[in-house]
Amino acid sequence: MSDVAPASLPPAARGGWSGRAIVALALVAILGPFAWISTASFKTQIAIYAGQFPFTPTLSNYADVLFGRRSDFAANIGNSVLVALVSTVAVLAVGTLAAHSLRRFRWPAWVSAGFLGWTLVFHMVPVLTLLGPWYIAFRDLGLYDTRAALVLTHVTINLPMTVWLMTAFLREIPPEIEEAARVDGCTPLDAFLRIVLPLALPGLIAAGILAFVFSWNEFPIALSLTSRQTATVPVAIARFAQQYETQHAQMAAASVISTIPAVLLMFCGQRFIVRGLTLGAVK
Amino acid sequence: MTAVAALANRTFRHWSLLPAVLLFVALTLYPLANLVRMSVSTIEFAQGTETWTFTPRANVAQLASDDVLRPALVNTLVFVVVSVALEMALGLALAIAVAGLGRGKHWVRTVMILPILVPPVAIGSMWKLMYNYDFGIFNQALVALGATPVNWLGSTDLALMSVIVVDVWHWVPFVFLILFAAVEGLPLDLIEAARVDGATRWQVVRLVMIPLLRPAIVVAFLFRTILAFKVFDEVFLLTSGGPGTATELVNLHLYKVYFEQNQLGYGALLSLAVIAAIVAFLLVARKAAAAVRPA
Repeated sequence: MSDVAPASLPPAARGGWSGRAIVALALVAILGPFAWISTASFKTQIAIYAGQFPFTPTLSNYADVLFGRRSDFAANIGNSVLVALVSTVAVLAVGTLAAHSLRRFRWPAWVSAGFLGWTLVFHMVPVLTLLGPWYIAFRDLGLYDTRAALVLTHVTINLPMTVWLMTAFLREIPPEIEEAARVDGCTPLDAFLRIVLPLALPGLIAAGILAFVFSWNEFPIALSLTSRQTATVPVAIARFAQQYETQHAQMAAASVISTIPAVLLMFCGQRFIVRGLTLGAVK
Repeated sequence: MTAVAALANRTFRHWSLLPAVLLFVALTLYPLANLVRMSVSTIEFAQGTETWTFTPRANVAQLASDDVLRPALVNTLVFVVVSVALEMALGLALAIAVAGLGRGKHWVRTVMILPILVPPVAIGSMWKLMYNYDFGIFNQALVALGATPVNWLGSTDLALMSVIVVDVWHWVPFVFLILFAAVEGLPLDLIEAARVDGATRWQVVRLVMIPLLRPAIVVAFLFRTILAFKVFDEVFLLTSGGPGTATELVNLHLYKVYFEQNQLGYGALLSLAVIAAIVAFLLVARKAAAAVRPA
């Protein structure tokens, strides 16, 4: 992997055994809970309660969660995938256009500062505060309990991050390239589509991965604006955990399934994720 | 070129910002204005119709007599202060320790990304299993050692600390990522020079590295402090605020007022208070950050 952090500290500055011990401890602490819940997901409810180890692994929890007649989990996965994909594509389009517009065209200061300032404030405010008015608005519009409402709200909560990330990535494209295209007769729209977008691809991937993950993970909005039919994966997991009696085995299997996108992206998109997560903080 | 494309081209400058602005107006500014209207009303749903009555005093009176709000505020403050302090300390130690590794750094970083990416609800499930009184890993270990099992989530004294541990587990990796990037960007010759001059490892960390890392530490601290206020998912799953009000947080309370007690008017008043508090904190933090960081 071509990574950005090759230069190590000189031997003189390296930590000794104490540093290595800290790292080893941290790795165990981080991976332990994952190991624990994965193990539980392959145990029967009885084996979990008895604290059995070793145990006979079973796929019955997964079968129950995915294909059981009383479980909507397959539909919940469908809802989550649909909402996350559509809202990611939408937020990339809206956010990239906005970032390009703010950088390329001379907007009056109150427009750009007002827009960026409001994205910052909105990003910091707990989303719970807007759930009351959202609930009323979507009821009035007939969108309560629809996936459309989830897509709209997920685009909104991911917009601040997308605009900042894309602004940072677009800043790295030298303006000369775009100017050259304009001189050669490209219209502003053409220049954006044919020159800026291809060059901004790494940024689009980074922002896209994060937007997808945040939408897939999002819980309070989905909890408040959906019911059984439109619920997403996190809401379904909470149901397993919260029903009159916690269904530990199903909860474990459903939780393990819910981490699949994160695990895949961790291996395939690590470079983009680290860049995306640290860029906002460092710049 | 078609007429539509030509028009799109000519007006590109204007419509390029329009979707984002429309979305923000419709889904944040309008709801914010609606919060003000809701906060002075009582809203009831009966047979599919909603009725609004103007009751500003009732909502304020409820704010004054809300018994859960005070513990929720105190718990939230304790939660934010303790978890952010632990996350900063552990994240910094880990960033320096990992940067000191000869090899395998990016494997460590890969693992550390995982808690940031998995659904917080799944994190809640994991810890719910591990904290379980009867068969969780902690109590199994205690019993194996001959000790009595502990009610991690069910006792009033321990529950908040148990919940804080989960938040620390979730967010140390984020602090680590930011500070690790900063440690890797430190000027190596300075560190080497300090070592050559006879400084111990601990002195290098304390006198050279940490002062140089200050801007990154401030940024990570502000990020974490503000985002710690947003916590909801894991706590909802682990304790839902219980036992009693032991882990009740402002966000959990807000959710219950809105959707379990169906008090949209009073919930709006609470929401406005939360937003005002966050904005006030942002303004103070901006001043503080400007003072700490040389311009």
